[in-house]
Amino acid sequence: MSQHQLQQLFEFEAGREGFFGEFGGAYIPEILHETIAELTTVFNAAHKDPAFWQSYIDLMSTYSCRPTPISYCDNLSALYGVQIYLKREDLNQTGAHKINNVMGQGLLVKRMGKKRVIAETGAGQHGVATATMAAKMGFDCTIYMGAEDVERQRPNVFWMEQLGAEVVVVEDGARTLKDAINSAMRDWAGSMSDTHYVLGTVCGPHPFPLMVTWFQSIIGQEAREQMLTQVGALPKRIYACVGGGSNASGIFCGFLDDEGVELVAVEAGGLGLDSHQHAARIASDDAEIGVAQGYKTYFIQDKEGQMQDTHSISAGLDYIGVGPILARLHQQGRVRFEAATDNEVIDAFRVLVKNEGIIAALESTHAVAQALKEAPQLNQTDKILINLSGRGDKDIFTIADALQDKKWNEFLKNKAKNL
Amino acid sequence: MLNEYLKQKLDGESLLLMTHCVVGYPSLDANWRMLACMQKAGVSLVELQLPFSEPIADGPVFVKANQAALKQGLRWHEYFDFMAKAAREFDIPLLFMGYYNSVFCMGQDNFCERLKTAGAHGYIIADLPPEEATELDNHAQSQGLDSIHLMTPTSTDARLKDIARNASGFIYCVARKGVTGSKTELDAGISRYIERCRAVTQLPVALGFGIKTPEDISILKGHVDIAIIGTACLEAWEHGGEGKYMQFLQSLHQATLA
Repeated sequence: MSQHQLQQLFEFEAGREGFFGEFGGAYIPEILHETIAELTTVFNAAHKDPAFWQSYIDLMSTYSCRPTPISYCDNLSALYGVQIYLKREDLNQTGAHKINNVMGQGLLVKRMGKKRVIAETGAGQHGVATATMAAKMGFDCTIYMGAEDVERQRPNVFWMEQLGAEVVVVEDGARTLKDAINSAMRDWAGSMSDTHYVLGTVCGPHPFPLMVTWFQSIIGQEAREQMLTQVGALPKRIYACVGGGSNASGIFCGFLDDEGVELVAVEAGGLGLDSHQHAARIASDDAEIGVAQGYKTYFIQDKEGQMQDTHSISAGLDYIGVGPILARLHQQGRVRFEAATDNEVIDAFRVLVKNEGIIAALESTHAVAQALKEAPQLNQTDKILINLSGRGDKDIFTIADALQDKKWNEFLKNKAKNL
Repeated sequence: MLNEYLKQKLDGESLLLMTHCVVGYPSLDANWRMLACMQKAGVSLVELQLPFSEPIADGPVFVKANQAALKQGLRWHEYFDFMAKAAREFDIPLLFMGYYNSVFCMGQDNFCERLKTAGAHGYIIADLPPEEATELDNHAQSQGLDSIHLMTPTSTDARLKDIARNASGFIYCVARKGVTGSKTELDAGISRYIERCRAVTQLPVALGFGIKTPEDISILKGHVDIAIIGTACLEAWEHGGEGKYMQFLQSLHQATLA
């Protein structure tokens, strides 16, 4: 197993624990210090315990279809003149890579002996995954979700509630993911003695960025092995979409030691980078280094450090910050950052579904869109791997709307009429 | 430095009051009138909060106030202008209160310089742990500003010592878990906690989070040096305007004397 650089992430200089270069850290209200310290201790012990990782692998193989396959896209490859492979995280339980992190943290919650979990959610995928984990492992569960996201993603709210979670609608601020994170932090500041905060991405205070990266590295470890044994070669490039960055961190971490593999992170270009209506923290010039939500990274903020509204067609990428490990890998030149616009994503969505029969999440489709844009730079023998982080069933309303599907609109009207 | 000022004050009074304003909410004019009430009512210290878009340590009342102030367009220069004007007009020492991103984006030395120029005495930063505060605290020291550190009931004794190390002015003891605004039960646990804090510092000790009534103030007498009332003041203003606000402050001050 080639994991030298992944393991290096766990090694901090004295007095710099939780920092990746200048990024990361734990900028938290003092009240949370002890609970974060407890989590760090339990996490470090789990990381050093091979039996823990094995119990995680076992759980994921019986509950979440792991290892997820890689699929060769023969039609798309012929069309674009490059060999395209997909890592099929969409085939997971709950339909996205989010379940990896959540089940891993669930095992840690058992070790800590806590009884309740809370989580933020944007698109609702992480909320559904957390509610699923809580149902399976027997925890009480509260999910915080911005009011705007609740409006966009009602089906996920329905499922969370069916799974037994309480969904709290957050009306503060921009009423989206960042505000849900603030609310979850506030809950935790009062409830930490029996409650664990299942942060959904590679952001927030240490140890979350490292811990979530570690659980998600299962994607990259599998993918590397699969490329070598099933394809016989490593890919030339890997593409993954980046909101907070958990699926990208997960797949990239399998390949950090392979210098010949270029890692491409794709942010939400929204209405275009010039429009300032996007969520591109690194690919655009609209972000600066700042400190919020417990960590230091690039944030979409104004000159006085106030967070600005972001935009993306995909709720899951519509976030102000980016994981500190990814920010560091970018600074070191190891990860290249790009952005795909809403329109490019809708086009890529159609191409993928028509040619390969795969309904991808709009988040994941950002990675597909960027890969297709760059295909002309590559040769027919070059292999590229795209992390298809989630399936797109949840996006039916947004996609039908973007495609202006008349029959779907009639269906909705009839449904509404019959209520 | 505040330590001296507070010790002098504590010669004459057994419990001092610290209050709070979110600058720009409901308006700068209202903030000015709040300060005038505080001065009249005998408040000894005031926190002026610089609004931030992600105030994770604050409860619903202050979250709303932060957002509304930003929505009305409050910027740094207005905050510091207000602070400078208030420092000239009122005798109450002023403290910056806010979140680290504002300090980080301003630059730590620039931040301290602006505070000093505006006539503030120090700062309280809700999301800056002591291990990350060293550089800022050094800047502050060179400008003669106090760095107020927060202790909490969940802190271990070893952690309390770490927090005390670079603290100056006074110690801000958070009364309970959670965020600002909701009620705190003041019981025997609180006095044991305050004793633990006193064991690691010679600085005056303040208690805040959920202190809401004159009765709370009476209970705190003899335990802490300063009672911090934030959310309850703003609620008084929102419910009854300046009249109610003044009355509320006076009732709190009365309770410190009785």
